[in-house]
Amino acid sequence: MSTAVTHKQGFGAFLWDYLTTVDHKKIAHLYLIAGGFFFLVGGLEAMAIRIQLIKPANDFVSAGFYNEILTMHGTTMIFLAAMPILFGFMNAVVPLQIGARDVAFPFLNSLGFWLFLFGGLMLNASWFLGGAPDAGWTAYAPLSTTSPGHGVDFYILGLQISGAGTLMGGINFLVTIINMRAPGMTYMRMPLFTWTIFVTSVLIIFAFPALTVGLFLLMFDRMFGSGFFDPAMGGNSIIWEHLFWIFGHPEVYILVLPVFGVFSEVISTFSKKRLFGYTAMVFATVLIGFLGFMVWAHHMFTVGLGPAANSIFAVATMAIAVPTGIKIFNWLLTLWGGNITINSAMLWSLGFLPTFTIGGTTGVMLAAAAADFQYHDTYFVVAHFHYVIVGGVVFGIFAALHYWWPKMFGKILNEKLGKLTFWLFFIGFHLTFFIQHFLGLMGMPRRYWVFLPDQGLDTGNLISTIGAFFMALGTIVFLINVITTSLKKQEVAGDPWDGRTLEWTIPSPPEHYNFKQLPLVRGLDPLWVEKTEGRKEMTPAEPLGDIHMPNNSILPFVMSLGFFIAGFGFIYQVDDISWLSLVFVGMGIALGTMFVRSVKDDLGHHIHKEDLEKGAK
Amino acid sequence: MKGWMGKFRALFLFSSLLLVLSGCGKENLTAFVPEGYGAEVSLNLIIISLVVMVFVILVVMIVYTMVLVKFRQKKGKEDFIPKQTEGNKALEIIWTVIPIILLIIIAVPTVRATFDLADESKADESLNINVTGNQYWWHFSYNDQDIQTSQDLYIPTDTRVYLNLKSSDVIHSFWVPSISGKMDANPENENTMYIEAYEEGVYYGKCAELCGPSHSLMDFKVIAVSPEEFEQWKKDMKSVDPEAQPETASAQEGQKLFQENSCIGCHAIGSSPAAVGPNLTNFGDRTKVAGVLEHDKETIVNWLLNPDELKPGNKMAGNYPELTEEEAGKIADYLLQLQPSEITPESAGNE
Repeated sequence: MSTAVTHKQGFGAFLWDYLTTVDHKKIAHLYLIAGGFFFLVGGLEAMAIRIQLIKPANDFVSAGFYNEILTMHGTTMIFLAAMPILFGFMNAVVPLQIGARDVAFPFLNSLGFWLFLFGGLMLNASWFLGGAPDAGWTAYAPLSTTSPGHGVDFYILGLQISGAGTLMGGINFLVTIINMRAPGMTYMRMPLFTWTIFVTSVLIIFAFPALTVGLFLLMFDRMFGSGFFDPAMGGNSIIWEHLFWIFGHPEVYILVLPVFGVFSEVISTFSKKRLFGYTAMVFATVLIGFLGFMVWAHHMFTVGLGPAANSIFAVATMAIAVPTGIKIFNWLLTLWGGNITINSAMLWSLGFLPTFTIGGTTGVMLAAAAADFQYHDTYFVVAHFHYVIVGGVVFGIFAALHYWWPKMFGKILNEKLGKLTFWLFFIGFHLTFFIQHFLGLMGMPRRYWVFLPDQGLDTGNLISTIGAFFMALGTIVFLINVITTSLKKQEVAGDPWDGRTLEWTIPSPPEHYNFKQLPLVRGLDPLWVEKTEGRKEMTPAEPLGDIHMPNNSILPFVMSLGFFIAGFGFIYQVDDISWLSLVFVGMGIALGTMFVRSVKDDLGHHIHKEDLEKGAK
Repeated sequence: MKGWMGKFRALFLFSSLLLVLSGCGKENLTAFVPEGYGAEVSLNLIIISLVVMVFVILVVMIVYTMVLVKFRQKKGKEDFIPKQTEGNKALEIIWTVIPIILLIIIAVPTVRATFDLADESKADESLNINVTGNQYWWHFSYNDQDIQTSQDLYIPTDTRVYLNLKSSDVIHSFWVPSISGKMDANPENENTMYIEAYEEGVYYGKCAELCGPSHSLMDFKVIAVSPEEFEQWKKDMKSVDPEAQPETASAQEGQKLFQENSCIGCHAIGSSPAAVGPNLTNFGDRTKVAGVLEHDKETIVNWLLNPDELKPGNKMAGNYPELTEEEAGKIADYLLQLQPSEITPESAGNE
């Protein structure tokens, strides 16, 4: 392919290409790299937590620093690692799965990434500028409104900027999936991964504004002396908890639904069967999304909402177990009667099933309000949500990495190292978190900097820390895998796994216009439909013609930089009013870029038919 | 990958073994051995839900194991294309209906227990105690009894004691696992819960909501004594004379220093409710210094010389004149002899 030739360019040009790209596949790379980087940062923070808790009354880190670490671990993993990496797959796969040449709003897509990245950098800049946020990732008022220093301010501005990027991603993918499906791709023929992204996008659109509003109020309380959360001024600190969890609970499903999609694809592909109960799976996904919004107060059973509210939220929460159960059994029945290949991607999926079942069942246990009075804010909860978020989301990310790596990068990750990663991580994970269920009920509250000797908590914590080292080791093996694979020269066919969906019909990695001709979709698992009829390729839905593509643009980067600069202005104007000038500079850059974007015609370019026929760019 | 199941089994055996070895935790801290009504109600619910959920996990694991054993790719059958089954209505209805039934089994006792534990109908005729969470200590005010104290909460056994929880600063959460589940102490409203201890004893309490650097050091004790002893304790507490002269010379000087160095500005002795720091009325009888430290003279001296090092972020640091070690020792002597009652954690069986 000629792309290989044109890519022989200097590092500067390569960098410029990525800074300006609006190609969803390159944005996917960016999300993966940035998210992966933050995943390592969050992992280091996790190791610091576990080392501190290796023995009673340890003094590896100080009390204040510990709170910063635990806050940043949670915030980083949720906002800067898990979600962006999933956004990476969303970008890499969804347009291909629905047979589209691009996303609906390529410019917005790039803007979303840069906002996320600059928000994340801002959040982490706090480490070097006087201390990170220390009020927990939930930032409950009044602890967050009264926390000294600028840590929480970085939390507010960092998440606000990064959250805006996420919201854009949600809008973009909802519109993409609704409008840009290939001919014949009806809703009930969409691959399950696309379906889960569809529902996830809806959740993002409804959940993130709640976070935006909450952060806005918090910002005004901290920086401009308002009293939304200050009881002394007639405010109410519980309102923050409601706002936070109205966002925060759907957020859990924003994280976990996409990996449900990943597992559906992987399990179906490697058992060579179509997904069992596809319709029920779709229905369950939508139902989980809906119920995800109805249950936020189960995070607040001990706040004092009263027995009526507690009971309603308890029962509503339990109800989520029904669609989730449907999913588990449908996956099992997809495997049933199949021809199961166990490779790395499949290993992560098979590891997920029992792990997530445990996480789900402890979720039902937590939903029992009067029992939650004992679990709440203890290591039982820590164990539960790590079973769901690591056993679900992180396992899903690893499965997706092994499954789609060839499509994204044109190389297959090493199987031996892949399996080694899995076993180290899987055993380490259960070693770390299974014991924590018991630690919680034995009287260990979460977010404890130290636990005291002679309280029966020593052994459990030691085992937990040992497990964490296994997980770290597994991650290192994966990194080695990525590096050695990248250095290898390897050619991968378009369809290395005997796939079923549209992304496997085109070369790996795909051309930047994805499909030379849009495919005609004639059923669920369109590629499989063609294969069963003896064809190797999709039937095209259109004659070969010119393809319209958007132009690259540096504006999203500049705009995000503007907000980034303004963020520092907002944070430091509390100390010295002259910092407000930075707000004007930053907002000036951002608004100026918006103005340029609005008035400058950017009509994109065409790839001509003749070039397509030559196979050239 | 032959060791799939083997590894699983090993993991399971290993973790259950650990559980046996470590027991169920320290008996006056763990929620596994309830010593009070709330903890018992919660544990019953935990057991009901655990049994149902273990059943679910077993069903999943059985199907899962069968799938992996039966349908793994066999050698020479790489190209075998299985039947592309679409679904099965009957099966799908079954695994929708059965979970609903299982959830009802959990939901009904959940709702009943939730209302039971929020029952306030007997609040007026029971003992009421106002509990205030502060960074990082607990204040207890037996208001109708005119008794103020902190850190060690005395209650009579076999009695419903209503706690009215509030916070003076950030959100805290009051938790005594072996007696009852937790309830938050919020700054804007008063939350009510009740606790009832069955046996005499000293139960460990913890703050469960992140409240600042010393969140993990915000321990307290609930000391359950027989109703008769509790009456005696109340009488002793009420008869405390804050001005009383200590016996030893060192303690007498300590008392003077205590008043001169504005300690008294924050720490009340007796039933004055105005204190912003822990009330010290029965300090000599307490189990721990600052909730977590050894209760001896040396620790108190260290505390007085450098409170921030022992409990980071606490509000005492920097709010009183600097003391010499000798002065601190005298104050410690004074504080340690504040022992108004024979009813102490030791008499209740503190280990």
